[in-house]
Amino acid sequence: MKRKTGRAFMASLIVLPVMALAEADDDTLIINEEIEIVTKAEAPAHLEGVVSEVISGWHFRSDETQALELDDFENPALVYTDQALDTWNAVEGSEGKSCASCHDDVETSMQGVRAVYPKWDEKAGEVQTLSMQINDCREANMGAEPYKYDSAPMAAMEALISLQSRGMPVDVAIDGPAAETWEQGKELYYTRTGQLELSCANCHEQNYGNMIRADHLSQGQINGFPTYRLKNAKLNTVHGRFKGCVRDTRAETYAAGSPEFVALELYVASRGNGLSVEAPAVRN
Amino acid sequence: MKHVLLTLAAVGFAGQAFATPPVPSEVEFDEYGAVEASLTGEPGDPARGAEVMVTRSLGNCVACHQVDDLSEAPFHGEVGPPLNGVGGYRTEAELRGIVIDAKMIFPETMMPGFYKTTGFIRPGDGYTGKAAKEEDLEPILTAQQVEDVVAYLMTLQD
Ligand code: HEC
Ligand code: HEC
Repeated sequence: MKRKTGRAFMASLIVLPVMALAEADDDTLIINEEIEIVTKAEAPAHLEGVVSEVISGWHFRSDETQALELDDFENPALVYTDQALDTWNAVEGSEGKSCASCHDDVETSMQGVRAVYPKWDEKAGEVQTLSMQINDCREANMGAEPYKYDSAPMAAMEALISLQSRGMPVDVAIDGPAAETWEQGKELYYTRTGQLELSCANCHEQNYGNMIRADHLSQGQINGFPTYRLKNAKLNTVHGRFKGCVRDTRAETYAAGSPEFVALELYVASRGNGLSVEAPAVRN
Repeated sequence: MKHVLLTLAAVGFAGQAFATPPVPSEVEFDEYGAVEASLTGEPGDPARGAEVMVTRSLGNCVACHQVDDLSEAPFHGEVGPPLNGVGGYRTEAELRGIVIDAKMIFPETMMPGFYKTTGFIRPGDGYTGKAAKEEDLEPILTAQQVEDVVAYLMTLQD
């Protein structure tokens, strides 16, 4: 009996503060006064009944942080993509090749690439992330050492490639041969891990828009990755972020590049289908 | 193990012959998820309870709950309901049950169990991201801290 009244009372209390602060703001993101970024979109079909709108993490950041993304001269991430452009053209490894030897101009050859990753790779017989593909090229085509999965040079190269898709809609495939991996990722998204027993969905599906202590929870979208974070002043990879969030549930994390995080990345990416590629984004 | 010894020492110091607190898996909940018996047999200290509520490494309750009485501590969250007045409409036994393991009252709730050491998926060694063995897990709060928090919550009357 008591329980019922308690709950009803609680429900009435919950509604007010949530309504007041839950909204993602209504700002619009146009980069360099030229590239229009879709930061809110109708949710993809697979999210029917779960959320109606998908929203970029940009909307949950302060005006000051948001402003850093409006102009590439202000965006600290572009320093790293400049460095990666040098790497793109640099010969490395036993085959005497650079990325450019096979792919020429990054601006044309890499257009649209980021928007469809992670994706099924027929030859490898598995879903591959962009990082896995980069290392594949380094090892198989260049005879160069692979980058450590979530290292700085990897993040920079990924950011450079992502930049060429900025403004294009995220459109990862979840059917066909990718379906099994996608299901695995979905399972992980809803699994409550660690001593705090929290899932990704607890924070990013049920509570986006709410404050958790000093943090304004977003939907945990990855259309802006790699992101430059003011907190650690470097580019952050998707798997680096996943590790941090899982650790914060007092759980044992998965490793960057593990099959579990690859599956989770596919699933989380698909929750952003319809948003623009926004990478490299700026977050706090 | 360390935890049990410490608690024993504390009880001994207070000159009390009270039994050691139940281990988390042996706490007895009633059918509504309330816990009638104090975990320590001693009254909690509301001032220390307030400290636990705002301390990140302890309860960090304000991460999810707004508590006007604790407004000097910055940044109260909105994930759970505000706790103003909660001592007026919840019994002490209910509050104890909620703090120990809120899922006994609210099955799907996001609120973590603060005196709970079993049944986790991939439990970690604190916030290191490394694995912990279930048998090595300590509850997030000690039995006394739970009682302190409950005592503090009971002071929240409208
Ligand atoms: C205890 C709460 C919590 C849980 C559980 C959690 N996160 Fe997060 N996450 C945060 C907070 C806080 C931030 C920083 C603010 C924001 O962007 O939401 C964040 C940020 C992110 C971001 C960055 C978003 C951006 O726009 O830069 C991603 C991606 C993310 N989380 C994914 C996940 C995934 C995947 C999981 C599950 C494996 C997860 N999170 C679990 C709290 C959580
Ligand atoms: C990660 C979020 C989170 C944390 C941390 C948290 N709670 Fe909660 N709490 C909730 C949610 C959500 C509810 C609502 C119950 C439900 O899910 O129906 C709740 C409910 C409660 C209630 C019942 C309120 C009512 O109106 O009946 C009390 C009391 C409470 N919490 C106390 C605490 C205390 C004390 C702490 C710290 C020791 C704490 N909570 C930490 C999320 C949290």
